[in-house]
Amino acid sequence: MSTPLLSVKNLCVTFASRRGDFQAVRGVSFELGRERLGVVGESGSGKSMTGRAILGLVRPPGRVTADRMELEGQSILNLPERRMRKLRGSRISMVMQDPKFSLNPVMTVGDQIMESYRLHAGGGRAAARQKALEMLNAVRIRDPERVMDTYPHEVSGGMGQRIMIAMMLAPDPQILIADEPTSALDVSVRGEVLNIMDGLVRDRGMGLIFISHDLNLVAKFCDRVLIMYAGRVVESLPARDLHNARHPYTQGLLRSLPRLDTPVERLPVLQREESWRSGELDPSPET
Amino acid sequence: MLNVSDLDVWFGDPPDRVDAVRDAAFSVSKGESFGLVGESGSGKSTILRAIAGLIDSWSGQIEVDGTRIEGARRDRAFYKTVQMVFQDPYASLHPRHSVDAVLSEALRLQGMGDIDRRITRLLEDVGLGKGFRFRYPHQLSGGQRQRVAIARALAAEPRLLLLDEPTSALDVSVQAEILNLLKELREEHGLTYVMVSHDLAVVGHICDRLAVMQQGQIVEIMSVDALRRGAGEQDYTRHLIAASQ
Repeated sequence: MSTPLLSVKNLCVTFASRRGDFQAVRGVSFELGRERLGVVGESGSGKSMTGRAILGLVRPPGRVTADRMELEGQSILNLPERRMRKLRGSRISMVMQDPKFSLNPVMTVGDQIMESYRLHAGGGRAAARQKALEMLNAVRIRDPERVMDTYPHEVSGGMGQRIMIAMMLAPDPQILIADEPTSALDVSVRGEVLNIMDGLVRDRGMGLIFISHDLNLVAKFCDRVLIMYAGRVVESLPARDLHNARHPYTQGLLRSLPRLDTPVERLPVLQREESWRSGELDPSPET
Repeated sequence: MLNVSDLDVWFGDPPDRVDAVRDAAFSVSKGESFGLVGESGSGKSTILRAIAGLIDSWSGQIEVDGTRIEGARRDRAFYKTVQMVFQDPYASLHPRHSVDAVLSEALRLQGMGDIDRRITRLLEDVGLGKGFRFRYPHQLSGGQRQRVAIARALAAEPRLLLLDEPTSALDVSVQAEILNLLKELREEHGLTYVMVSHDLAVVGHICDRLAVMQQGQIVEIMSVDALRRGAGEQDYTRHLIAASQ
């Protein structure tokens, strides 16, 4: 692989508190190529914070430090807000969990997509409208002309999420960070949204960081998976090998899921060990 | 234990009336655990809320332990028989009431005596030590809060527990603990469960039988064995099973 799209080394996010510093992310390193990278972990593992740190969205008193955080060789660590804003959206985009809270409720869907496009690409209203329709088509919304004029509360959750994706993709970013993009959706809609994201990543050669708590979903959908625990990456492995994971935390997580095909009387409960918080990441075969 | 037939639930008045549940019928026998599954908006939670007396716009028959229920009024005997656990433990506990206050209020409402001993017992039942008694919700994790919510439901010594997505707000490792707890409590206290979930694997773990709902209607009632075999009679059921594997 040539230069990776994104290269992160020893990323830390620290919050000062009365009881001393709290580190939400503790030394995360990874490289992202044109691939689908899954980041899995439980709440509080630092997976969302990692995504936000890349986008420069950690607000004070949070502090972001890293040995390296580069977008195609160019450092993006702690850029001034004005320069970060140029990157955000146009080169790195983020899709959030719940479309209900991420769309502007008093602006039509069409206006929002057009705004996001014109902000980054400029151009007139007519061109932006054309692009917006094109994007809605790309996320397989039937009758995009009608949807353009609706308000967010008039569309369903699945459609809202597709509109979010359309909006994020309008400026053609190189990296898409998706933070639990399907957790608020029903299973049948979920499959559809994943298919759309998958197609877009493949067709446009984007890099995708897919943040999720759902191990099985990530195993099916991603190429590579990072498993996070207490702010650290405890294991990194190809998604297809997830079920042969070696770290006891990953194994414990997988076992604690009830399964339809193998009924058990009691679910094995995860016994957390202190060493998982501190132990070094054992060198696992990188793909 | 529970008989539901011809159940219709609606919201609003014509012309804006929405029929949330149409012609639902199922029965749950004593000691059984029954699941209601379906996608959001299918009406599964609405059925639970109608049984619990949280919705008054319904028609049809609901019979709990041989007694017919009307409207949204429930007498004290009803709440001694039926209790509910809600989805979001962050929203269902009063942020400024300690665990002790939550449980003693529930016990007092049920006219129970010997509150001190009972609280200790309830906390033990749900796997929380005595140390948790005077804590506030913000001092508890999500799983511990859900344990308190379960303890509150158990305070009335009910025989039927209505569980509305009890683990969907929790991490998988915590979900496993709560599911184990629910299984144990059911065996120890001989409880009957009606559980709403969108997760077929969770229902498969806890329940014996389940009803599959779509757009307000029960499309199929099946056993968990059939669910495991993927043997749904309806296309929709098979689609749902395939999508969640």
